[in-house]
Amino acid sequence: MTAPVAITLTVNGERLTRLAEPRETLADFLRRDLGLTGTHLGCEMGVCGACLVMLDGTPVHSCLSFAVQADGSAVETIEGLTESAAVTDLQQAFHERNALQCGFCTPGMLVTAQGLLARKASPSREEIRDALSGNYCRCTGYEAIVDAIETVARRRAASREELPA
Amino acid sequence: MRSFTYERAASPAEAAAAAARQAKAKFIAGGTNLLDLMKLEIETPGHLIDVNGLNLDTIEPTPEGGLRIGALVRNTDLAADPRIRRDYGVLSRALLAGASGQLRNRATTAGNLLQRTRCPYFYDTAQPCNKRKPGSGCSAIGGFSRHLAVMGTSEACIATNPSDMAVAMRVLDAAIETVKPDGAARTIPIAEFHRLPGETPHVENALEQGELITAVTLPKPAGGRHIYRKVRDRASYAFALVSVAAVIGRHGEGRFAVGGIAPKPWRMQAAEAELPRGAKAASAALLAGAKTTHDNAFKLSLVERTLGAVLHEARG
Ligand SMILES: Cc1cc2nc3c(=O)[nH]c(=O)nc-3n(C[C@H](O)[C@H](O)[C@H](O)COP(=O)(O)OP(=O)(O)OC[C@H]3O[C@@H](n4cnc5c(N)ncnc54)[C@H](O)[C@@H]3O)c2cc1C
Ligand code: SF4
Ligand code: FES
Ligand code: FES
Repeated sequence: MTAPVAITLTVNGERLTRLAEPRETLADFLRRDLGLTGTHLGCEMGVCGACLVMLDGTPVHSCLSFAVQADGSAVETIEGLTESAAVTDLQQAFHERNALQCGFCTPGMLVTAQGLLARKASPSREEIRDALSGNYCRCTGYEAIVDAIETVARRRAASREELPA
Repeated sequence: MRSFTYERAASPAEAAAAAARQAKAKFIAGGTNLLDLMKLEIETPGHLIDVNGLNLDTIEPTPEGGLRIGALVRNTDLAADPRIRRDYGVLSRALLAGASGQLRNRATTAGNLLQRTRCPYFYDTAQPCNKRKPGSGCSAIGGFSRHLAVMGTSEACIATNPSDMAVAMRVLDAAIETVKPDGAARTIPIAEFHRLPGETPHVENALEQGELITAVTLPKPAGGRHIYRKVRDRASYAFALVSVAAVIGRHGEGRFAVGGIAPKPWRMQAAEAELPRGAKAASAALLAGAKTTHDNAFKLSLVERTLGAVLHEARG
């Protein structure tokens, strides 16, 4: 084993310093050291998307990154996105449309959806599908997930139009 | 995973020097290939040098009218760059055909070029593999070889290079800029970058121990239709069985490189000379001397058909 090193990063808005062994993945760090178990681990090889988090505002796989690499970065997990209400409308739409069953894939789905809508306000269904190609769901058959994201894109667009200029 | 020590390099020259100082040192960029291989203990570096902070993440014009892409430019940013989309469309399309959006957010230009093969036996540490363990034998020859190569192979290894990006870079005549541990810089044309397996399939490219990729340069844009067509077992998120990167002119002339069939992007002048005569002639010239297995002979006709579709699209 190699000696742990001190890392300082912002997780869900809170700046913290912790020791991490270089070989500890960001996913294990979040789950084991910080108790943020909303970040799920499925394949642990970049395929399923259950472990997605926002790293400096961009969706990335926490299973394919070392915690020490996140030193100096800002990480947002599903817990933080929930608390800040950033994804409340997405969660609501997933619930309404039955876009989750077991829920294992849902945190990753929400991170992808949030990342997509930040990049593109009104994606087509094709674009939503493409963005979800790295998120596996074994339960829903995806159709409901695409519906939910499409609904939120429309709602967000509508609420932007209602805002006074 | 084996334990290792970790450092962040302060400059490209220091990164290269640090890599030469430590036995079993490796660079880490996006980590999307390296972490996977480290978990399986196929890669077992004793020291990791993180190159993410080296400020090699910009795309700049070159005096020759081309572009210089920093080694750390993310695949997402490269594919979305307006200059790449306008003047080097084949590269943008090839990138978007690879992996997933989230992986591309992390994956870098240099890391993509250096990603290792997806041969199933390379990944299965219980099986012999000359690339993973030199001299142990090749399980793919005579094994499950549907995805493996038909050109440029040897008795020792028939693995393919899995990169989509590299196929487009090959057709664009890209060059790889590096810095060596002694501080010397050099430029390697992409045609000479990836090595054929021969007797030493574990040697995959022209880099020396500790040599760091700093950038990839593209020459002045080549006019013509830029097309990337990838054929795979499902519509998205899979490696290519066959892919074609092409820049085609008004009369069907031009250049093309093929992915998924060789240990490096496969391109031949003799085949390009046949392009105006059509896909059959051009693919026959490209695939002369092909060595197929019981599993992958279909790739020969798949290359012809994929190229046919590309030429059709270029006319349309
Ligand atoms: C599920 C999945 C699906 C994928 N599908 C595709 C696909 O369809 N098509 C495709 O093309 N790719 C695909 N990929 C591969 C992906 O493109 C690569 O993993 C990625 O491009 C590697 O880049 P990286 O920066 O993460 O490299 P890293 O993992 O950081 O590094 C890879 C190698 O490059 C070395 N390295 C990194 N930077 C430098 C440098 N500057 N100088 C010298 N050496 C360096 C490292 O030491 C390491 O050996 C897929 C990957 C996954 C996990
Ligand atoms: S083809 Fe190459 S990588 Fe695959 S088992 Fe044989 S030696 Fe290993
Ligand atoms: S756990 Fe990270 S992609 Fe599956
Ligand atoms: S809801 Fe069960 S995996 Fe998606």
